[in-house]
Amino acid sequence: MTVHSTSPQFKQNAARALNDHQLQKALGNVKQGFIDKRQMAADKLPEFEALRDAARDIKNHTLEHLDLYLESYEEKVKASGGHVHFARDAAEAREIILGICRETNAKTVTKGKSMISEEIGINHHLEANGITPVETDLGEYIIQLRNELPSHIIAPAVHLNATQVEEDFRRVHTHLDAKRDLSEPVQLLTEARAVLRERFLAADVGVTGANFLVAETGTSIIVTNEGNGDLTQILPKTHIVLASIEKLVPTLEDVSQLLRVLARSATGQEMSVYTTFSTGPRRSTDADGPENYHVVLIDNGRSSMLGTAFEEMLRCIRCGACMNHCPVYHAVGGHAYGWVYPGPMGAVLTPSLIGVDKAGHLPNASTFCGRCESVCPVRIPLPKLMRHWREREFERHLTPATVRSGLQLWGFFAKRPGLYRFATRAAMGALSFAGRQRGRFTWLPMAKGWTKYRDFPAPQGETFQQRWKRERSGRAA
Amino acid sequence: MSATPSSARPAHPRVGLFVTCLVDLMRPSVGFAAVKLLEDAGCVVDAPVQTCCGQPAYNSGDRGTTRDLAMRLIEAFQGYDYVVAPSGSCAGMIKAHYPELFEEDPNWRAKADALAGKTYELISFLVDVLGVTKVGAAFDGAVTYHDSCSGLRELGVKRQPRKLLASVEGLTLVEMKDSDVCCGFGGTFAVKYSDISGAIVEAKAKNIEETQAPTVLAGDLGCLMNMAGKLSRDGRSIQVRHVAEVLAGMTDEPPIGAAKAKAIK
Repeated sequence: MTVHSTSPQFKQNAARALNDHQLQKALGNVKQGFIDKRQMAADKLPEFEALRDAARDIKNHTLEHLDLYLESYEEKVKASGGHVHFARDAAEAREIILGICRETNAKTVTKGKSMISEEIGINHHLEANGITPVETDLGEYIIQLRNELPSHIIAPAVHLNATQVEEDFRRVHTHLDAKRDLSEPVQLLTEARAVLRERFLAADVGVTGANFLVAETGTSIIVTNEGNGDLTQILPKTHIVLASIEKLVPTLEDVSQLLRVLARSATGQEMSVYTTFSTGPRRSTDADGPENYHVVLIDNGRSSMLGTAFEEMLRCIRCGACMNHCPVYHAVGGHAYGWVYPGPMGAVLTPSLIGVDKAGHLPNASTFCGRCESVCPVRIPLPKLMRHWREREFERHLTPATVRSGLQLWGFFAKRPGLYRFATRAAMGALSFAGRQRGRFTWLPMAKGWTKYRDFPAPQGETFQQRWKRERSGRAA
Repeated sequence: MSATPSSARPAHPRVGLFVTCLVDLMRPSVGFAAVKLLEDAGCVVDAPVQTCCGQPAYNSGDRGTTRDLAMRLIEAFQGYDYVVAPSGSCAGMIKAHYPELFEEDPNWRAKADALAGKTYELISFLVDVLGVTKVGAAFDGAVTYHDSCSGLRELGVKRQPRKLLASVEGLTLVEMKDSDVCCGFGGTFAVKYSDISGAIVEAKAKNIEETQAPTVLAGDLGCLMNMAGKLSRDGRSIQVRHVAEVLAGMTDEPPIGAAKAKAIK
């Protein structure tokens, strides 16, 4: 079992989010910040569009030969003194991680930001087994205190404001002076740093994710802005890298191309503040580093996406640009999506990983505005893939009965032009007559979803085809 | 892309007007504005018997119905030099998605490709294919323009309407914030996820209102009905029209969602 999903309740989640004033205020930051910064970064780089093509091609090539690159990567990690573990699903991954922690008698595990660790629910598993996981990315630390999931894949606490964080810190950091001033965000940051510093030093195991794994060298790479990832992986005796299998890329040259689109797409930075390459455990000549280096390669549903229409989703490099540009994400935030991955990428990936029967709402809750695809650094056709999910749902009769019967009725007439013209002529004439006073309807039978928030404009009366026939083709008709 | 490169374009191209089902049923005056714009530009316009491009079915996952409707439309329109629709969304359906529907059927795929190659959204057709640089219309006052998503992102419709609007006598264009952000319509999305759709169109209505322009224009009737419905529900007296009506100088009909009796004037 992975993290519990509330995706089936997407509509209720969304309604709650829309009425949450604090959340709505916090979501305003997503709309303003990320979009302009990404645009500026893209505009400054003349080859940005060409780099997106290259990034797409690198990932496509890797996915086509994933088996070979996985083998090559494994060999290189072993050659550098590290260990590679393959986990078919979340449960296997959790047991492997727990096993490594037990081998080292770990009491505290520090963690860098990792979405796959959220996906496999490792924190709860460690806690249940007497080991304390400590998130060290500031946003992740905050949501860990709140027992929440990230609401954004690169800004996990973007749904919160400073006052809420202050309340959480006062609730949890009870060893500190109750009268301390935390009114400025920088004071919150300073406090988090001080608390985390002790945790870094005490940690027995450090767990990080990986933005990329390099097949030719056996290197794992993380990009961060806080430096917490470096302390997480360098200070403890044991470093565990968690990565899903699609993180592979063939060469360092490929990584450097992907890095050029990653930060620009995510935060508008040319590069993240820290880009850290790790290859195996500490060597005798190294000044620091872990004694043990483990990589847990996790499938958890990815391999079954290979060779299907959804393989393209495995190109994703987790920049978050799709959600930063999504009007639906802007309206409801990340938690409404009900599982680990929100926004357009989540709307495609989540049904693949937990089943479209549970996550069926997500690919439907899109206007298909296409803004996500227009900014995706690896050019994933997100709307097209969401539509593929809708097709699967339709085939499996998961589409709501009301939608299905409405469509059937529409299709019935649309396939019969004569009947269509006759019926629409009568319907539009009646609707126009009924709405002639005000030009609009505030309520219409069977259109409650529409008229709940907006009026329905009345039709002009005669249909185009009716008038065209009268004026142009028949003349006498 | 074009099946008929502009150098080889006939002097009086035969255009099959795909009015779209929304214009056919809700607002035929948009269709006649399109006819006027096309005829003024030298086209011979015909509107064959037609229904729907199939987009509602396509976006609901019903490929079978979509294919049936696409085949009908292809047969009805394949004989024209061009197919033009006063909608980026429906033109985009034919241009970007019809070929995908027939991936496993080479015969129909070829027909879909041929139709896709000669199908255009109205305003971009006027500007990009026919080379129209100005229209003879007049419109008194400020307008703001919403970029509908499919036209913008599937077909690159952005500067063409602005170019032609700039030639309308007496009209000033005031850009709204986030003109390229979705209005929240999304076809059946507006009904299936009405809470979210309502929130998105609320933000759009605010951006429209902030321009203080008394009129908002766009090139897709679905988006226009959504915005008009929201603006009137909130008691904002902003007029909503299809851009073709203004460009054709055909603004006698009351705006979308306004009463027929011209009491406001």
